[in-house]
Amino acid sequence: MSLLETHALKAFYGDFQALFDVDFHVEAGETVAIIGANGAGKSTFLRAVAGVLKSAPDMVLYDGRPIGGLPAHDIVRAGIAMVPEGRMLFPSLTVEENLRMGGYGGRSGRWNLNAIYELFPVLGERRHVAAPDLSGGQQQMAAIGRALMSNPRLLLCDELSLGLAPIVIRDIYARLSDIANDGTTLIIVEQDINQALAAADRFYCLQEGRVSLTGPAAGYDRDAVTAAYFGV
Amino acid sequence: MTGPSPTAAPEASFRVERGTRASRIFMASGAVAIVVLATLPYWSDSGTTRLVAEMAYYLALAQFWNLLAGYAGLVSVGQQAFVGLGGYALFVLCSAYGFHPYLGILAAGVFAALMSLPIAFFVFRLRGAHFAVGTWVVAEACQLTVAQFSALGAGSGYSLTPAIVRTIAPDRAGRDMIFYWASLGIAVAALALVYLLLRSRVGLALTAIRDSEPASRSIGVDAFRAKLMTFVIVAFCTGLTGGLIFLQKLRVSPQAGFSLQDWTVVVIFMVVIGGIGTIEGPIIGMIIYFVLRELLADYGTWYLIVMGLVAVVFMLYAREGIWGWVAGRFHLYLFPVGRRFVRLDGAPASQRDSGPNRA
Amino acid sequence: MDWYSIIAQGCLIGGLYALFAVGLSLIFGIMRLVNIAHGDLITLSAFLALIAAEVLGLYPLATLIIVVPVMFALGYGLQRGVLNRTLGESILPPLLVTFGMSIVIQNVLLELFGADTHRLVVGTLETASLTLPGGVAIGVFPLIIFLVAVAVIGGLQLMFYRTDIGRAFRATSDDSVTVELMGADNRHLYGLAMAIALAVTGCAGVFLAVRTNFDPSIGPSRLIYAFEAIIIGGLGNLWGTLAGAVILGIAQSIGAAIKPDFQILAGHIAFLLVLAVRPNGLFPRMRD
Repeated sequence: MSLLETHALKAFYGDFQALFDVDFHVEAGETVAIIGANGAGKSTFLRAVAGVLKSAPDMVLYDGRPIGGLPAHDIVRAGIAMVPEGRMLFPSLTVEENLRMGGYGGRSGRWNLNAIYELFPVLGERRHVAAPDLSGGQQQMAAIGRALMSNPRLLLCDELSLGLAPIVIRDIYARLSDIANDGTTLIIVEQDINQALAAADRFYCLQEGRVSLTGPAAGYDRDAVTAAYFGV
Repeated sequence: MTGPSPTAAPEASFRVERGTRASRIFMASGAVAIVVLATLPYWSDSGTTRLVAEMAYYLALAQFWNLLAGYAGLVSVGQQAFVGLGGYALFVLCSAYGFHPYLGILAAGVFAALMSLPIAFFVFRLRGAHFAVGTWVVAEACQLTVAQFSALGAGSGYSLTPAIVRTIAPDRAGRDMIFYWASLGIAVAALALVYLLLRSRVGLALTAIRDSEPASRSIGVDAFRAKLMTFVIVAFCTGLTGGLIFLQKLRVSPQAGFSLQDWTVVVIFMVVIGGIGTIEGPIIGMIIYFVLRELLADYGTWYLIVMGLVAVVFMLYAREGIWGWVAGRFHLYLFPVGRRFVRLDGAPASQRDSGPNRA
Repeated sequence: MDWYSIIAQGCLIGGLYALFAVGLSLIFGIMRLVNIAHGDLITLSAFLALIAAEVLGLYPLATLIIVVPVMFALGYGLQRGVLNRTLGESILPPLLVTFGMSIVIQNVLLELFGADTHRLVVGTLETASLTLPGGVAIGVFPLIIFLVAVAVIGGLQLMFYRTDIGRAFRATSDDSVTVELMGADNRHLYGLAMAIALAVTGCAGVFLAVRTNFDPSIGPSRLIYAFEAIIIGGLGNLWGTLAGAVILGIAQSIGAAIKPDFQILAGHIAFLLVLAVRPNGLFPRMRD
């Protein structure tokens, strides 16, 4: 049984349909990348899984249980955490307060404040700094740390590389592989194909709300991916 | 919806229409109804005449509040300021400056419009619900200020002298008829004003702002100017109506002139129940209010309690109001302020309606 | 004009106004809701205190034991049952629902208690006074109210900055969607916030009942004082609200010294002046 599966997942923003019959699965311990152009539906997919967007109960199965339509706070407490697009740190809170908020759901596990500070030492140094005063890369680390504080089994990462310098991106992905090696299952959404496919075991490509290609990340066919990405 | 296929020859395939069959029927029967109503004083008793006059000026006030809140997005809980200022202006101009009452009513509107400018200076610094309470504070301040002046009768107000009253008409019956026609006239004028305003450029701007202020700004709509203009126009109309109302009552006081209950609570109820952001809504809301008031007349303040509960329930479960629901369900627009595409080949142009008629 | 006395009296009135305003400020800060019925809920609390005092024979200040928990429960129920449904993009639903509630509360109280004024009597505490250095005499009871206001605000600040729930409130105020991703149930948080706000409001109502004559119709003016205090003080800052309340109190005190029925108008003028010159208030911590 897969850790997470979706069956014919549909998602809407009001009247606008953003996802059409998406079938997806990820096994425990895997890292799966979702790539696609802007507006392809990648973030929408993550939001549907995280419960921010409503879907029908049977469309999303977690450990075999239908979770579609559950409110986001219940899904977090079940062990699925999201690092949202744009970081979305709480601006009135310090780094440490943001991290503590991540732990609000009360799940136990190996992640606590000290563990996060070990993973991201710079956060420990700047723990009492207000979130907006961090650099882009530090904010991304704080956002990841905040998600980890809920001790998730499945971590959803939405466009981690957005707005960051290449050297920072490499650094973050290095930590991400530490997190993956720990046993955490990851779904990574990225526009940057190279980084995503280097980190992943398998990938899905979305195009205009549909899965256009899927397969193992190692040795992927460049031309096939380009075609699937752009829909030509 | 995709366009005609690239290989077909382009046709002039659309026509833009404003009216609907229902609206044309309504307009025609409305005109008849107004004519019939105009003759009311001749065939009904004075109590009914006064009641219909009250219904008429409340309809006017409701249309003005709806224009401000439902279309311009300025939810004011302080319009009673302009009713009171209009009333006092009329009394002062007639008593102290010898204005003829009819001119006085017009001047009352002008005075209210002038006062709306400094008032806007203050309240436009607030947003959303704070704007609402801010307008209320300003109304309270106006009431208290007026009550300071003994020349204006201080806390107990003052009455029009019999001499002035007689310039309207020599006897009570004549005055009642004149007030009735004036009230009816204001109601019709209010409907016409709102209808024409919404069909104009300003109306289009307001609807755009209501739908999305940032988007409308990006296409060059000056949101601030449109809102300010609406605020001033509504102040003029409300002040003018206030002048008429108090001319009818022959006496003005701070309590009565600036009463939140009489000029705002009731008006808001009418618009909310009837359907905010529609022209037809306040008509229905006004009728329902008066029915409710008559039905519960013997139960003291119970009609207010019922009114409040009904308003709460509507806002929770039927935000679009009665008319909003009817219009949505039956696609019925009696005051067509939107535009529709009509395909010349008769096929339906789109699944959904759009435009200002949508609340 | 005895300036020391005027300012001292004004400060102390500000204490009561601060108690009025804290609940309103809290609700706006956490969920951007302006509760038009706020003043009427203060009045309701005063009447609850009246019932508790007359039916249970409680000493007036002891009615806090009944009123505060009742208002806490009422706040939670009101928020989860009614007000949560109104939160969203448009400002109309919360405004009009709370407006409707205001009308209902006022008139139900009117039906139940009539239009007469009431007051809770505390005996000697009411008239006791002490003399400050400088020769100004101030009432002990108003001073107690002021100190209670300071204590309440201090307690709330502690909650906001030292507890998990307080942190959750601040986070919800920043971003209510992302807070759900932390495992926090918005609806419950809003319910708690309203419960706390009404508990403070209940406290304010009890002190109001002792301090002044009250009747069902005084709600709207209490709302206005609370509102003015918040706008003068600046949004998103409880200590700012206290400052705003004190400034309002002093303005009213000066007005009253000039002419008794100028008191309230002087407060409005001070409010409008601050609004004209500093639209975000004197100590804002939040943009509207």
